[in-house]
Amino acid sequence: MTLSDSRRTFLKATAAAATASAAGIPLASGPASAQLAPPDIRWDKAPCRFCGTGCTVLVGTKEGRVVATQGDPQAEVNRGLNCVKGYFLSKIMYGEDRLTQPLLRKTNGAYDKDGDFEPVTWDEAFDLMAQKWKAALAAKGPTSVGMFGSGQWTVWEGYAASKLMKAGFRSNNIDPNARHCMASAVVGFMRSFGIDEPMGCYDDLEAADTFVLWGSNMAEMHPILWSRLTDTRLTKPGCEVHVLSTFEHRSFELADNGMVFKPQTDLAILNYIANHIIETGRVNEDFVSKHVNITKTATDIGFGLRPDNPLQLAAANPNSGELTPIDFDVYAASVAEYTLDKVAELSCVPADQLERLAEQYADPDRKVMSLWTMGFNQHTRGGWVNSLCYNIHLLTGKISEPGNSPFSLTGQPSACGTAREVGTFSHRLPADMVVTNPEHRARAEELWQLPEGTIPDKVGFHAVEQNRALHDGLINAYWVQCNNNMQAAPNLNEEGYPGYRNPENFAVVSDAYPTVTAMSADLILPAAMWVEKEGCYGNAERRTQVWRQQVHAPGEAKSDLWQLMEFSKRFAIEEVWSEDLLAKMPEARGKTLYDVLFANGTVDAFPMSETAGGFPNDDAEHFGFYVQKGLFEEYAAFGRGHGHDLAPFEMYHEARGLRWPVVDGKETRWRFREGSDPYVEAGSEVQFYGYKDNKAKIIFAPYEAPPEAPDDEFNLWLCTGRVLEHWHSGSMTRRVPELHRAFPLAVVFMHPEDAKARDLRHGQEIMISTRRGEVRSKLATKGRNKVPQGLVFMPWFDEGQLTNKLTLDATCPLSKQTDFKKCACKVERA
Amino acid sequence: MRKPTLISAAGALIVLSLTTLSLAQDQQVRALRMEPVDAPNRLGPDFKWEGVEGRMQRNYRQQPPLIPHSISQYQIDTRTNQCLSCHDWTKAGERNAPTLSMTHYLDRDGTELDHIAGTRYFCNQCHVPQADVPALVVNTFEPSSPNVR
Repeated sequence: MTLSDSRRTFLKATAAAATASAAGIPLASGPASAQLAPPDIRWDKAPCRFCGTGCTVLVGTKEGRVVATQGDPQAEVNRGLNCVKGYFLSKIMYGEDRLTQPLLRKTNGAYDKDGDFEPVTWDEAFDLMAQKWKAALAAKGPTSVGMFGSGQWTVWEGYAASKLMKAGFRSNNIDPNARHCMASAVVGFMRSFGIDEPMGCYDDLEAADTFVLWGSNMAEMHPILWSRLTDTRLTKPGCEVHVLSTFEHRSFELADNGMVFKPQTDLAILNYIANHIIETGRVNEDFVSKHVNITKTATDIGFGLRPDNPLQLAAANPNSGELTPIDFDVYAASVAEYTLDKVAELSCVPADQLERLAEQYADPDRKVMSLWTMGFNQHTRGGWVNSLCYNIHLLTGKISEPGNSPFSLTGQPSACGTAREVGTFSHRLPADMVVTNPEHRARAEELWQLPEGTIPDKVGFHAVEQNRALHDGLINAYWVQCNNNMQAAPNLNEEGYPGYRNPENFAVVSDAYPTVTAMSADLILPAAMWVEKEGCYGNAERRTQVWRQQVHAPGEAKSDLWQLMEFSKRFAIEEVWSEDLLAKMPEARGKTLYDVLFANGTVDAFPMSETAGGFPNDDAEHFGFYVQKGLFEEYAAFGRGHGHDLAPFEMYHEARGLRWPVVDGKETRWRFREGSDPYVEAGSEVQFYGYKDNKAKIIFAPYEAPPEAPDDEFNLWLCTGRVLEHWHSGSMTRRVPELHRAFPLAVVFMHPEDAKARDLRHGQEIMISTRRGEVRSKLATKGRNKVPQGLVFMPWFDEGQLTNKLTLDATCPLSKQTDFKKCACKVERA
Repeated sequence: MRKPTLISAAGALIVLSLTTLSLAQDQQVRALRMEPVDAPNRLGPDFKWEGVEGRMQRNYRQQPPLIPHSISQYQIDTRTNQCLSCHDWTKAGERNAPTLSMTHYLDRDGTELDHIAGTRYFCNQCHVPQADVPALVVNTFEPSSPNVR
């Protein structure tokens, strides 16, 4: 059929349909019926499943399945736009290999660590799991059980998990994958401001005159925020975009001043800018004297490696975050050595470009928004570098007002909401509280209606330590939910894989798909995902968003919340709590962990009748009460009146998210600023109330070299990261054929001269290796990234290549977040 | 000398694939990765970006159209946007190319513009080309409209 024939047939059919319709004749089928049918798709809002931007989408369901998604025009974040991943959300739940039943490794009908996966019932799965947990607890105590969670958990899943681990099993060995992503940002906030999360918001993207990207490729990783920034750059006269990175990527396409710096020298560049501001007399002295304390941090603090690593042994002050007050003159003298010439030479960025950048911050008439993600956070000095950026905003008073905004972008949809605000880290409790503070533990125990001393006072194993502890047999019963850490964690060959396969250990993975993490486990639990459950996420601008369940999960797949709470029913309180703790709460005797933690009069306070009609809510139905609301309300009590106020639960089902603190139904756009933040006292103008004296901290930190740099054998820097088309490890996006075809294979980006020197060409199969492993990949000397000589970039989404066989498990000693951006590698012919 | 080596390498590959396949059949479940987590990896077959005649059907109305041609040499930056030289409303007719959706001429506040909105400037945030590779796993998504697929 030719095109014109096709068109003629189509027109005829349309005409017939129109005639029939006018005559009142219903047409049962035919090409035009869809155009005439009444709307039969139910549209309802949900936050996007992917990054920390927090776009709202409208989810179209019909006959129990998601049939379409679209950007929500009413959402302030994205105003109807999505990125390519967001537009294909409708397909992420429908990969044919969805897990629909628990799978256990067995041989001859019995559990065997070396057996093959066989389907089992939930009862059999939980029976064995409980047996393994009880054995570990009895043999070695609470530190031998562990959990690895997620910034993609819903708020109530993270909250329930944290409560189950910290108060139930009395182990602080729970950490989220957000440790790989946001921990350095948290350290920066807590040290500089005494309270977590950005003071500004996305409104700054329209209000700033200059945008500076510090180690963030927003064009690919936060496309919708990038589209807002692009609009401002293209429509606002005089607007400038400055981009800093260790290689040239898509964000450079919009750059007025694009700078490729030598890895780790961002520390020096930031100190140079501070020096420039001071030397040119542009310090906002009034602001600094009223609102800022000046300190310096302990130096030579090591690299978060195993304690017996020679580099750790050589450090003078391993893991020290000690701050010493200094006066302004000492601070000025400390940054004085970071002269323009010295830093230009160290960083390899031309002096005129550095000076142009510094002037953006120094010029009192320009509003500056600094943005960063993994370039700052995945850094062996990540805690330091976050604060160095706050230093230059504090020196100039460019903070907490429209357009003047140091802004830490979030990687995951609920890294803020679930990981940080709920406190699913090994050191944290809700609302920025920590397990090492007796007052904080007492507050949590009071709200949880549990006896004093329930929560252990020792920080648990963090993400990287968990893999080491599995390797060493210190954690023996381990549960991973809602993430793919075998693919995501550093140094797979030496730590992660041997840890999961250690014969002493029992590893459980809950996921929707058979990821490499699931395949490395002993028991796989099938998980409900995204709109198969009611959920709540918190995005990068403190916006809390709630969605309703839209469809049922396939087969026997259950939400992580269901799994956590059902598992807690299998423990008598006497099996997990010590006798002296029980003596303080005798009424708990004879009860289960579920009774004590979840059937406590708060979590089960709201009846099923409060759930919305017309929508399924499988979790509420199963437990017999509105479990999500109960958990939300118990959790919200931590933050209300403490600077983290959340709105009444129902408001979130109506609004397209609200930015906390929400006081008297009103959200907060700029924290610490009078008139915008209800916590700031009248007349104080700016109040950094995270600290008792209402002052923020400038924290001086010097340049220090990274732990591993290229040498004669491993002669290239390896930088790893993501691509636009895939979300993290690709377990969802690689199952969407259109997204898979848009970026089907991870490649190693290399400078053409480096390729020539190795007798390699574009498209050739290569072997990339480090001291820890090797991976076969393909070379790219052209394409979306232009790397400088001496550095290669490789994305990690491709489980066929497992990039993290190569990376080094060195972390920021303060944040414990891995530096995935710098280690030494070599590339050879395959 | 070269040829026999190649053939034996190919033979080894076939044996390897068959082994992997039989292993996979024993298992109730397998990852997308062809090899065990701790084994060396192989790469899939080579692929090309070009090769689709005409346009690609959308799954649902709200889906951004896929790009049926290679864009590897396209420049999109503050100086120029090469996509617009065919797809902007001012050029699409004479270039016989699909015109941008009219939504792309509305700014963030909904004001009508004659030029593409700044928010929509980087086309490849939403529109992507397709390599000629098979899906890694079948996707059972079904669109709402019976007309589509």
